[in-house]
Amino acid sequence: MATQVFKIPESFRKNVRYSFCPGCDHGVAVRLVAECLDELGLTENAITATSIGCSVGLYDFLNVDSIEAPHGRALAVATGVKRAKPDKFVFTYQGDGDFASIGWAESMHCAFRGENLSAICINNTTYGMTGGQLGPTTLLGQVTTTSPTGRNIEYYGYPVKIAEHIALSDGTAYSARVSLDSVANIKKAKLAIKKAFEVQLKGLGFGFVEILSSCPTNWRMTPEQAHERVRDEMMQIFKLGVYKDITV
Amino acid sequence: MSHIVIDQSKCKACYLCVKECPKNLIKISEKTNNLGAKVVEFCDPGHECLGCAKCATRCPDLAITEVYKG
Repeated sequence: MATQVFKIPESFRKNVRYSFCPGCDHGVAVRLVAECLDELGLTENAITATSIGCSVGLYDFLNVDSIEAPHGRALAVATGVKRAKPDKFVFTYQGDGDFASIGWAESMHCAFRGENLSAICINNTTYGMTGGQLGPTTLLGQVTTTSPTGRNIEYYGYPVKIAEHIALSDGTAYSARVSLDSVANIKKAKLAIKKAFEVQLKGLGFGFVEILSSCPTNWRMTPEQAHERVRDEMMQIFKLGVYKDITV
Repeated sequence: MSHIVIDQSKCKACYLCVKECPKNLIKISEKTNNLGAKVVEFCDPGHECLGCAKCATRCPDLAITEVYKG
């Protein structure tokens, strides 16, 4: 008798097809969020404040209540939702441009205030939806449509290391950086997302996970080459690990 | 018997699952779906599937919808 070891999460909407490009890791990240919602029994009680960018379509994919925030302001909107309805589970799912550039003030101050929220940030070192422009996490030397000769320090400065910054806040309960470049790392990513959700359920403060993700379309790579880039270039600068966990 | 179920309408032909399968049981077929993607198919005449679910874990489009082990 065969046992089912994988199924589409209950929190995922039936008969929906992702709008992401072929090979994009957003699809894996959204599935992990749905699996964590399932396993923690949060689907009925969850509200998400969604962002702008490739991450915007979350409400099309998940069976949770959602509210659309202006660009970068997902955590500001989520703060209002959580304070109005503290018994609800509130989370955001954002890209690096939304979280760490356009919404950097809202994101950091949410962590400084220690809001009892969970946030997922997808870091693919570019603005994916708008055509691959230089973003806050673009690596030094990386060619984008707005840095055609590569990111240089003199003109553009350094890439933002999000998980480390969030971990500096006293209000942060959990901050980690994970990657989706391999099956083993996907499994670790799920554990980190679950942890970021659990700290909210325990009322401990801000839970945050930065997920290193590929963008084959804008990187002009095959999906496999893109994962190699995540390993060989991104993970050398954005080190994986748990930067803060007040539960240990 | 271990096996997987593929929803070919969701496949976008990234072929990450093809590379991931430790037994090389996922092949690129001649069929295309309504996205124009040359979809993958599961070929396991020798019942070699381990039910490891690496393919489904890797698939970014939830096109591998079920995995059974045993």
